[in-house]
Amino acid sequence: MEGGVESASKDVDQPLLSLRGISKNFGAVEALREVDLDVSAGEVTAIIGDNGAGKSTLIKTVSGILTPSEGQIFWCGERVALKTPREADELGISTVYQDLALCDNLDIVANMFLGHESLRYRLLDENAMEAAAKVTLNSLAVTTVRSVRSLVVSLSGGQRQSVAVARAVMRDAKLVILDEPTAALGVTQTAQVLSLIRRLADRGIAVLVISHNLNDVFTVADRLAVMHLGRMVHVGPISEFTPQTAVEIITTGTFVGAKANSTRSQPSNAGDRQ
Amino acid sequence: MTDEESSLPDESETANSGLQESQDQDVVAIDSATSVLEADDVSDGSFNAYLKGSLTKLRSGQSGLLPILVGLTALVIFFQLKNSLFLSVGNLTNLLTQASYLVMFGFAEIWVLLLGEIDLSAGYNGAIGGAVMAVLAGTYHRYPWWLAILGGLAASTAIGALVGTIVIRLRIPSFIVSLAFLLGLQGILLKVVNFDNYQGSVSVLNGPLLDLVNGNLSRTAGWILIAGAVGIYAVLVIVSDARRRRSKSEGAPFIITLVKVFGVAASGLVLLLVCNANRGIIVPLSGIPFCVPIILGFLITWKFLLTRTRFGRNIYAIGGNAEAARRAGINLGLNRVTAFALTGLTAGAAGILYTSRLGGSSAAVDGGQLVLLAVAAAVIGGVSLFGGRGKMIHALVGGMIIAIIYNGMGLIGLDAATQDIVIGLVLLAAVSVEAVSRRGSTVRA
Repeated sequence: MEGGVESASKDVDQPLLSLRGISKNFGAVEALREVDLDVSAGEVTAIIGDNGAGKSTLIKTVSGILTPSEGQIFWCGERVALKTPREADELGISTVYQDLALCDNLDIVANMFLGHESLRYRLLDENAMEAAAKVTLNSLAVTTVRSVRSLVVSLSGGQRQSVAVARAVMRDAKLVILDEPTAALGVTQTAQVLSLIRRLADRGIAVLVISHNLNDVFTVADRLAVMHLGRMVHVGPISEFTPQTAVEIITTGTFVGAKANSTRSQPSNAGDRQ
Repeated sequence: MTDEESSLPDESETANSGLQESQDQDVVAIDSATSVLEADDVSDGSFNAYLKGSLTKLRSGQSGLLPILVGLTALVIFFQLKNSLFLSVGNLTNLLTQASYLVMFGFAEIWVLLLGEIDLSAGYNGAIGGAVMAVLAGTYHRYPWWLAILGGLAASTAIGALVGTIVIRLRIPSFIVSLAFLLGLQGILLKVVNFDNYQGSVSVLNGPLLDLVNGNLSRTAGWILIAGAVGIYAVLVIVSDARRRRSKSEGAPFIITLVKVFGVAASGLVLLLVCNANRGIIVPLSGIPFCVPIILGFLITWKFLLTRTRFGRNIYAIGGNAEAARRAGINLGLNRVTAFALTGLTAGAAGILYTSRLGGSSAAVDGGQLVLLAVAAAVIGGVSLFGGRGKMIHALVGGMIIAIIYNGMGLIGLDAATQDIVIGLVLLAAVSVEAVSRRGSTVRA
């Protein structure tokens, strides 16, 4: 494991985030077992796996909610300890949870600046916040909201997701983690959110997506990371997978597809791939 | 922000069908994904656009104060038709002093209602504030009036902060904690009014303290007050609206700014003319009651705190979605305790007004009734009991409505029993409208 760490930190084209040997125990339950994962800027990495595979636990360790029992986290090649969500936030790791964490009773601008309001003479600077919110929404081509002063309660599911993502981007996030971003959305809105995810990556942001929906994953992801019962079974570019093989790995936990489809058969360790 | 559709049944029906239509249209508009963020109909600030925006808000259940003001006007017309004394200058001024402590208790309760909490002890807490003030200024201590007021406010603020701390630290629902305080503070009140050999009743003999509600500004002072207040308001509104337009923020067109300024100026003038007219029967009596600038001062300060500061934004955020606020890095405990302390402070001010109006404090003060009327005032005005929605002005309107109903029904000779039944029905009607509109506004989400 140490050798892998050395190579990860010396690599010129180093990944933005590297997880090495991450384990997490809840009492006797092993939620994560020696998970390795690299996430690069400008790429959409999708984590897939069945219920209980450890996807949520993994992103919680990255977003600072859970501290891993063992293992190391590297950010831009430097070892970091993410003890609180605030520490992750300060590094530029923003997580958009499935419930989006928006305040229905506030408008879009207030939600985007929640906890980070711009001040002028120690008072809220509404004009500056409104202008910045508009710039961010426009840069992400979020064009379906009628007014940035609309209350969030009046927005559709896709628009809410867009607001939550825009909030992450506005705070100069370098890594945006999305937990089931399309779970509750209709067809049109799913398409909107997926193109939004694509634009995030095109801006050079690293995106980590958890999803159950393989259609969405194959539409938007550059790399797939498949988990099974707390282990990272396989990480690779999306071209290594077909929906068929992906389902097989998710259910069986072994990378059958590699032997059948790919000549680049390799051990299931992201660090060794480089 | 009250999200009420209408207080009148026939109007709400049409509003409902309109709502349905507008929602269908909105869905189409959203799905067609046209670029409307910068579209002219929102940000060019024209009068038509503003009107259209307001209409959309109205139909989607964000009707603001409109329905409640319609209800208020209807009440005024009804009582005036039944008894022509209702709109006499004497009765109107009387109404202001009757409403003063109700409105102030309403302000107090709003701080915790916005969090989705409740403080049932605010009534007795205020009563204690008033009693402490009366004792400090009383025969045995003779502190100056301002020190007595500070003492009363400090006592109430401390009690409010204690209630909040227990709620936050022990994670007990505020309903139960404040219920315990309601019962306990009743006993404390008894102790306070029996302090210094007072025998259960403390009179206020200090001139300025009696004048808080019962005294009046001189006519000239009234003119200066109103002119100053309207002038400052006009400058602030015009400057801030101009800055909004310059930075291309969404907001009201200039004509609406003018309408706001003229509306405030006209209300100020009416208030001034009513209060400055002679209402004395034997000796001449005129002038704005002292409680009016006190109430306005609290209204403006609290509104400022709620809408212009980070603290106010945090209160709304916690009331709207506490988990979201926590994840955004907002310190929930500190903000909540501060809100409870502000409830205590404002309740103290309300209790001081109440004590001043009655000329003293005694064990007979019914803090339970006071706090329930405070909650009623806030809710009738449009504050949500679920947290996150409401403004200080709602307590002003709601408190005025309660005062008008008691005052008007007294004038037309209805007995206390009928008065209580009517107040109950009005409260029920107000929350029903809120509940229905709440359903309306979440349909699309």
